[in-house]
Amino acid sequence: MTTHTPKLQVNNLNFYYGNFHALKGINLQIPAKKVTAFIGPSGCGKSTLLRTFNRMFELYPGMRAEGEIMLEGDNILSHGVDVNLLRAKVGMVFQKPTPFPMSIYDNVTFGVKLYEKLSRSEMDDRVEWALKKAALWEEVKNKLKQSGNSLSGGQQQRLCIARAVASKPEVLLLDEPTSALDPISTAHIEELINELKEDYTIAIVTHNMQQAARVSDYTAYMYLGELVEVGETDRIFTAPKQKATEDYITGKFG
Amino acid sequence: MDKYPNEQYLLRQELNMGKYQDEQHLRRQLMLDKLFRLVTRGFAFLVLALLVGIMLSLLVGAMPSIQTYGWHFLASSDWDPVGGKFGALVPIYGTLVTSFIALLIGVPASFGIALFLTELCPVWLKRPLGIAVELLAGIPSIIYGMWGLFVFAPFFGEHIQPWLIDHVGEWPLIGFLFQGAPMGIGMFTAGLILAIMIIPFIASVMRDVFEVVPTMLKESAYGLGSTTWEVVRYVVLPYTKTGVVGGVMLGLGRALGETMAVTFVIGNSSNFATGLFEPGNSIASSLANEFAEANGKLYLASLIELGLILFFITFIVLACSKLLLLRLKKQEGKPT
Repeated sequence: MTTHTPKLQVNNLNFYYGNFHALKGINLQIPAKKVTAFIGPSGCGKSTLLRTFNRMFELYPGMRAEGEIMLEGDNILSHGVDVNLLRAKVGMVFQKPTPFPMSIYDNVTFGVKLYEKLSRSEMDDRVEWALKKAALWEEVKNKLKQSGNSLSGGQQQRLCIARAVASKPEVLLLDEPTSALDPISTAHIEELINELKEDYTIAIVTHNMQQAARVSDYTAYMYLGELVEVGETDRIFTAPKQKATEDYITGKFG
Repeated sequence: MDKYPNEQYLLRQELNMGKYQDEQHLRRQLMLDKLFRLVTRGFAFLVLALLVGIMLSLLVGAMPSIQTYGWHFLASSDWDPVGGKFGALVPIYGTLVTSFIALLIGVPASFGIALFLTELCPVWLKRPLGIAVELLAGIPSIIYGMWGLFVFAPFFGEHIQPWLIDHVGEWPLIGFLFQGAPMGIGMFTAGLILAIMIIPFIASVMRDVFEVVPTMLKESAYGLGSTTWEVVRYVVLPYTKTGVVGGVMLGLGRALGETMAVTFVIGNSSNFATGLFEPGNSIASSLANEFAEANGKLYLASLIELGLILFFITFIVLACSKLLLLRLKKQEGKPT
């Protein structure tokens, strides 16, 4: 796991919802330009962990994180960090497609406009680039002015990925990105993840173990707020070191 | 393979018999269903009938005045019951101006309240503040009127108006609006009281629609690095625009038709004046004031025509809001 430079390094991270101790002493490295999958039963804290990487939890009162999350040497949990800037660097895609109530074009430019001043033609290029990255360009290039809501579910999710990619983040967080999609759209998105990892560091939470096996380079198994085991996906799925991991992966549990 | 469809058929037969054994029961259910449909349709059409009925009776009642004055009624500022001359300009102007002031003050304030309550407010303050807003909506309008006349108007006339007249009254373009005598009462005060009255309505509608915005949608916008303001401006507002415009229209409807509070503070003068500090009149308050003493066919008909005009103003306002929504929808991109 240490053969690659880590993009994110989590040191002794604890997380609390009020009094509930949701993440217990997590230590983890997320290598750059690789896909790291988080698996585990519902409520094990994998989404919570993902949401600490862009400090999304801060929108809600009563939640706090202790410990360190280093993004290229800077602790993103420290007070001096500009949260909005951090979120521009760490993009996120959610369980369900969330197109904004505006045109496809405006959806893609939304994040870009917040932090970059681009000319009209540069913006057009960026939109085309992002939509191509998300494998959506061919389907929407003639209807960029149409509402994002007019697309199918799978297209909407790829639009959301394009939107996240457009502002050129360093890390891409995917929180069960295919859980609301049909198998064909899921396959599209998985292919996409494979291509995106050439440029981005990707962390994906998934309930689908086959998906983790298919798309990820590293897999982390979590249970009850603890990181049970983490390692190369091949090894985790063929020769897990922990009994608990093996039970979960072979379907004896969860 | 042969047996399978047969079996299914038998199964279905059995189910049918078990459930709908009683043919009569089935027929009764169908009857009830039909009856239910008829009753609900009846209620719906009742609304339409009422609307048409009110419009027609207003039209009939206003006929003498319409025949006497025609369109001139709208443009004339004469209101002389003794001399038998009637024109609607003063109350129309007063209604529009006071409602406009009410919206000008009320909408931003309500927006701020709703925004704070849904996005920024600490949890422990949410309920008390929400309840306070709803209580404000429940205060009878006459209380607002009394408060406006006895508490606010003297204070306003003594402390704020003189300053506004001295300073803002000199400005080019809008200065003329702020000239006049510092009496406390007048169109501006009426508009302000109206604003206070409509704020709870608009604010609670806005809060309700802001609350239904999916969390994930907001998080997506935050996730791209948006500030709270950017999330509200570009995601929450477009998502809730129908509800927001609806809330504003609800408030405007109330402002246009509010009678008691306005009557207390508007000054009830039938002389035309453009200044906001001048006393004026609104349609609703002149109706309330003058109906009792309306003798003579033309006087009464003129008052009824005022009512008809108020009706049309509301109608036009509603139509405008629909147009506004259509235009907003276009900005969002074509639906298909």
